[in-house]
Amino acid sequence: MKTTRTIDIHHITRVEGHGNIKIVIRDGKLEEARWEVVETPRFFEAMLVGKKWENAPWISGRICGICSIGHTLASIRAIENAFGIVPTEQTRKLRLLLKHMETLQSHILHLYFLAVPDFLNVGSVFPLIGSHPDVVARAAQMKQLANDVCDCIGGRRMHPTRTVVGGFTMVPEKKELVQFRTRLKDATDDLLRTVELFRTFAVPDFTRETEFVSLKGDKSYPFIGGDLASTDGVTRREHEYRLMTNEYTVEQSTSKWSRLSRASFAVGALARVNNNFDFLHPAAKEIAASFGLKPMNHNPYMNNIAQLVECVHVARESITLIDELTGSTWQEPRQPVSPKSGIGVGAVEVPRGILYHSYEFDNEGRITHCDCVIPTSQNHANIQHDLKKLAEQYASQGKQDRDIELLAQMLVRSYDPCISCSVH
Amino acid sequence: MQSTSNKVSTYLGIPVARPKVAFFELSSCEGCQLQMVNNEATLLDFLSLVEIVAFREAMTEQADDYQIAFVEGSVTRADEVERLRKIRSIAKVLVALGSCACFGGVNQLKNRFQDPAWVKKQVYGTHVVESNDQAQPLEAFVPVDLRIFGCPVKKEEVEKIVTNVVLGKSVVLPKYPVCMECKANKNTCLFDIGEPCLGPITRGGCDSWCPNSRMGCWGCRGPAEDANVEQMKEIMKKNGFSEETMLDRLECFGGFAKHADVLRKSITAK
Repeated sequence: MKTTRTIDIHHITRVEGHGNIKIVIRDGKLEEARWEVVETPRFFEAMLVGKKWENAPWISGRICGICSIGHTLASIRAIENAFGIVPTEQTRKLRLLLKHMETLQSHILHLYFLAVPDFLNVGSVFPLIGSHPDVVARAAQMKQLANDVCDCIGGRRMHPTRTVVGGFTMVPEKKELVQFRTRLKDATDDLLRTVELFRTFAVPDFTRETEFVSLKGDKSYPFIGGDLASTDGVTRREHEYRLMTNEYTVEQSTSKWSRLSRASFAVGALARVNNNFDFLHPAAKEIAASFGLKPMNHNPYMNNIAQLVECVHVARESITLIDELTGSTWQEPRQPVSPKSGIGVGAVEVPRGILYHSYEFDNEGRITHCDCVIPTSQNHANIQHDLKKLAEQYASQGKQDRDIELLAQMLVRSYDPCISCSVH
Repeated sequence: MQSTSNKVSTYLGIPVARPKVAFFELSSCEGCQLQMVNNEATLLDFLSLVEIVAFREAMTEQADDYQIAFVEGSVTRADEVERLRKIRSIAKVLVALGSCACFGGVNQLKNRFQDPAWVKKQVYGTHVVESNDQAQPLEAFVPVDLRIFGCPVKKEEVEKIVTNVVLGKSVVLPKYPVCMECKANKNTCLFDIGEPCLGPITRGGCDSWCPNSRMGCWGCRGPAEDANVEQMKEIMKKNGFSEETMLDRLECFGGFAKHADVLRKSITAK
């Protein structure tokens, strides 16, 4: 008997933004698998044209509610690069600490609130409040710690208020940093328990050979600025980012897509681990190894594990950063800014992958052109190709619709997409 | 939600109904929704107060049966108008959550361009993408019962408002400006450290969130009652800030859109 099976997921849940999955299987063979992005565009790149430089971090940070700190920092870096401002050591450390805590809060949010429910077979984190209260309390505690540090350094956990071109409007009290150091030490146990929890989950066994793009580490695991690298051997300077992103438009998406050496590439925690494994903190490396995660890993579901490994890395490195900051005397938090004409690019590794902001300025520091390339937009084409292979593979294995539907959704969630951000 | 739905909340010992609550987002960064799970210390208390039946960013189950709908984001495409009308037809109380929903938010910055086609071309080139010419607040399409201002909203304020709605108490928004809260917080005036600030004309309730971090107010909560925008212009001028800087702040979130339009025209005419 001829049969057509259709999997149609309108507005996939537990992801940021609006996307649809469509899969059609006829007589056990895949006919169509589509990842559609239907998010409304907000036109940030047009919005900023004509605006003076000081508006850019404030406005473009609002591209995303989850990684507003990362957007703000990429925007600031682009402006500082255009104006020839080199941040002080103090500013670099404070920004990195702030960035680390955004990474931690975002990864914990994704792992516990968005990904874990799939592995525990529930629809959301809410039922777990009753069934696994310790798990939820642990997630909330780690997320709160990360958010509290963001409040302290950035002024606010979302749409930060102290982060400005030239540095910070003000620096935190050292005694606050010392308290966070203690809480970060205490969080080591929570992170280990998180590792143990994930060890009980079966990560779906699926691989598709992929090119991975991220910042290229020089002496450390990179987060803010530097050269760009792909696992297919492409390296570029930060200002040459367009040669890495190659954005183009497609019918099935209001977000642009990207490609490099192949039909698609991936960015994110797994890309960072694949490109910069050697620079991970030893404790993070050990955990990666215990999950069999080492370069090159081509299983997109392992992005969850890569995020977990990064949680350990950023928590450990943050302790060192706090020690360095509290061991030095506070300098002037903010450098003066003199605008000039030119182009500046800022590349920052935000939780979901590498993010670029690029602005062109006139000689009064007014933006004449703006371009933002978002991690999730770089991932969309890769999600599409993964989805097709996954559906093909599972359809030919005779898996039930229910299973394919779940695995397809879990695939998309593994990328931790920030869809409204990708359309911006 | 089964795990918490059997608990009975009480207020002064009297059981209170747990209203069914839904969260929706139109064009936005989804940050205001995220703020709901961003205050970890009070998250569980908040969840015991209401029954969340739809919250796509956090849960798979979705129900079309709710009393209170929180809608984040501004309206920028035809399908969003339809979604919003459907939500309005179900919800007893429709809450505009955040500055995008209340005023258009940062999204309405595209409205200042004369040529909507240029806006699209700037981002997509010749690729055709459907979008309304203007980003608009919810009220442009449906009646709104409650507005929670801010970019982002402040969780404490949301919790206070929701508690009042659940208890059937009236919700009173502050009429005084941010400036008053800033003074109460004993901050150094932003003008004294050379920063522009709309604190004197912006509605309070945020506890002078930005000025506390030495960032001048950008007016995300819209005008306070009796806001004297003309006087504000004078203060900005007296402190050496250009009309362009005044306009940047005034037009950023849409709460002062009418005043911003006037100022923009006057600047362009010069």
